[in-house]
Amino acid sequence: MRDIAIVSFAQLPSERRADPRDEAEMLEPIINEALGKVGLTQDDVGFTCSGSSDYLIGRPFSFVAAVDGLKAWPPIRESHVEMDGAFALYEAWVRLLHGDIDVALVMSFGKGSLGSIPDVLNLQNDPYYVQPLGLDSISSAALQARALIDAGKATEKDFADIAVRSRRDAMQNPFAQVKGEFDAKKILKEEPYLASPLRKSFCPPLTDGAACVVLATAEKARAICSRPAFIRGIDHRVEANSLGLRDLTVSTSARLAGERAGVGKAKVDVAELHAPFAHQEIILKEALGLDSSVRINPSGGALAANSIMTAGLTRFGEAASRIMDGSAKRAVAHCTSGACLQQNLVAVLEAE
Amino acid sequence: MSERCAVIGIGQTEHRESRKDVSLPGLLREALFRALEDAGRTLADMDAIVIGTAPDMFEGVMMPELFMADALGAVGKPIFRVHTAGSVGGSTAVVASHLIQHGVHEQVLTLAFEKQSEANAMWALSPAIPFQPQLVAGAGGYFAPLIRSYMARHDAHPDAGPMVAVKDREHGLLNPNAHLHLTQTLDEVKAAPMLWDPIRYSETCPSSDGAVAMVLANDKHAKGCKNPAWVLGTSVRTERTFMAGRDQVNPGAGQLCAKDVYDQAGIDPRKDVDCAEIYVPFSWFEPMWLENLGFCDPGEGWKWSMEGKTRIGGQLPLNMSGGVLCTNPIGASGMIRFAEAARQVRGTAAAHQVDGAKIAIGHAYGGGSQFFAMWAVGSKRP
Repeated sequence: MRDIAIVSFAQLPSERRADPRDEAEMLEPIINEALGKVGLTQDDVGFTCSGSSDYLIGRPFSFVAAVDGLKAWPPIRESHVEMDGAFALYEAWVRLLHGDIDVALVMSFGKGSLGSIPDVLNLQNDPYYVQPLGLDSISSAALQARALIDAGKATEKDFADIAVRSRRDAMQNPFAQVKGEFDAKKILKEEPYLASPLRKSFCPPLTDGAACVVLATAEKARAICSRPAFIRGIDHRVEANSLGLRDLTVSTSARLAGERAGVGKAKVDVAELHAPFAHQEIILKEALGLDSSVRINPSGGALAANSIMTAGLTRFGEAASRIMDGSAKRAVAHCTSGACLQQNLVAVLEAE
Repeated sequence: MSERCAVIGIGQTEHRESRKDVSLPGLLREALFRALEDAGRTLADMDAIVIGTAPDMFEGVMMPELFMADALGAVGKPIFRVHTAGSVGGSTAVVASHLIQHGVHEQVLTLAFEKQSEANAMWALSPAIPFQPQLVAGAGGYFAPLIRSYMARHDAHPDAGPMVAVKDREHGLLNPNAHLHLTQTLDEVKAAPMLWDPIRYSETCPSSDGAVAMVLANDKHAKGCKNPAWVLGTSVRTERTFMAGRDQVNPGAGQLCAKDVYDQAGIDPRKDVDCAEIYVPFSWFEPMWLENLGFCDPGEGWKWSMEGKTRIGGQLPLNMSGGVLCTNPIGASGMIRFAEAARQVRGTAAAHQVDGAKIAIGHAYGGGSQFFAMWAVGSKRP
C-alpha cells in the first residue's frame, strides 16, 4: 500500500456565528491558505472531497454551494460524504492509493448557528421508535455519563477536570472558541445541570467553522513539506444505534478501529480525540489504550470548538500539525459520529 | 491499483410509488439479501458497507445509515456514506470499487436507496435558501430551459423526446422490477399535459421507493463465481454551478468523466460499447447524453433517438431496463444504472438482455448537471 501523508492544514477561527458568510465564502480562504502553505494551487489537486450535513443548514445539497468555493474548472474529480470531514479524508486517502494522482484536498464546513443542534441531532435517531421521543444529543450523552458514574469509572469531578484542562489548553489555540481559566470546584458548585450529570461546561460549544487538509503521496509530500505527517494506519468502525444494545461505558468501535489502525504498536506522543462531551474522553482513552503519558487534545479539543461535521477533520489537522511542527513523532487522530460515540474513525500519524 | 474488482452479486427491490409494506431498513434488506444470495455470500462475509442516498430530507432522517447500522449488518465493521446529489448511486459504487482495487477490503457490500413516499422530493428540492432566491421549480423546472437550448442549438425535431419516452416505457415492460409498466403510443405521450415546456408529464421520471445492492469482490473471491462483471474503469467529475460560459447542454464535466472511463478501459465508445444504462430523468436527456458521452457527434443525438438506434436490437441499446423514466428512487437511480450495466455483461438481464453484451457503461449525473459518475464493466477480466 502506498504511503500517504498530511502536508497542510488550515481552519477558520471557530465562532458562535459566522453570518453572513455562506459555504463558499467560508471555504475559499482556507482552501487557498492550506494549498498556499505548501506552494500548491488548485490546479495541482487531483481529487477533492468534502464532508458536511444538509440538516445543519436546513437545505438539500448544501455541499453543492461549497463547490463554488473551488475553482473547479476544468472540471475536477470530486466527491462528498454526508459525514464529518475526517471521513472525507478517509475517502481521499483511498483515492490516493490509486496511484494516478498525488495531491488531494479535503474540506468540511458546519454552521451550527443555523439551527438548534441538540434537537437537530435527534433526527439521527431511529425515526420509528426514538425520534418521536425527542431524544436530544445532550440527553443521550447524559445517559452515557450517568452510566459511567454508576459503573464507578468516573466522577463528576473527572468531567470538570477535563473541561478545565481543555479550555486552558485552548488559550494557546488562536482558533478555539471557548477558552480561559475555569475553576473545577466552582463549576461543580455553581453550574446547574443541563441534563444530569452534564453541566454546560461538560458539553461542547455551538460553533460555526470550516477546515481544510491537504494530503499527498510520499514522494510529493517530501518535496513540498519538511516534515509530513504520514498516515501509518487508518480505520473506522460502527456500532448499533440503539443505546440499549450497547454498553455505553465502553467504545467497542473505537477499540476495533484503534487496533486496526495500529495505535498500540508504539508509543503515542499526542492524541487529538473528538470527544464532544467531557466524559467521552475517558471512554476513548480506555478504548484506544492511551495512558497518562499521552498528551490529550493540546488544541483544546471539541470542548473548545465543535463545529459539527468539521470537528473531526480539525482533530486530524491538529494532530498532523503536532507532527509537522516537530513537537510530536507519533500522533493519534480521531473522529466520532452518532449518539454516544456510535461510529469512530482512528488514524495513526507519524513523522518519518 | 493493486487488485481487480468484480461485481459478483446484484439485488433490487420491487420499485413502487410507495413501499408502505416496509420500513427504511426493511427496504434495504430486501435488496441486500437478494444481492448476497446472488453472490452466494452472507452478511458475515462482507468486510465493509458503502451506502449512498440523496438528500436526507427526502426521508426525514439525518445520516440514516447510523440508525440502520445493525439492520445492514455493519456492527463492528466500517460503514461509509456517500452523498453527491443525483449521481450519488454511481459515486457510491465508485468509492466501493476503490476499496477493493486498492486492497483496503476484499469483499464490499454497496447499496443505495430512496424512499420518496416518506416526503415530497420536488418541494424538498426547492426550499427557501438563505442568500438565494427560491426556485420553486423542482428538477423539471431547472432542466426545461436546458432542453429548449439543446433543441434550438441543433434544430432538433420536437418528437425526439416523446419517442425516447415511448422506447424506455417499452423497455420497462420487459423488466419486472420496473416501477412503471406502461404501454404508451407516441400520440399518447404527446397528448399528456405540458409541465415545464417542453417536458410533458409523460416524459418525466416517476417518484419511486426502491433500493439496489451489489457485492463487489477482488480476484481471490471473484475467481469461483461463474459470471462476474469486471470493473474496467471508473470516474467522477464535478464542475461549478455558477460560472460564466458554462455549457449546461453539453457539460465539460460529463465529457471528461466519459473520456477518463474509456481511457482506463481502453475502449472506443463508438466501436466497443455493446449497451449503456444512462441517467435520463427527462426524455430529452437521452439525446443530450448520447452526445455528451461521445457516443455520437453533437447534433446527432436526437436523430439516433428517432431512428431507433437506442432500442434493444439497435446500434447502441440504451436503458434496456426502462431507465430512470420507468424507475426513480433518486438516491438509488445512479446505482441501478451501474448494476443494470453489470447485469448485461453477466448475461443475467433476463427479458431485457442485449444478446452477447460484453462491455457496458453505467452513468449517473446530478445537481444541475454539475456532478457525473460513470463506470465501464466487462465480461472478461482485464
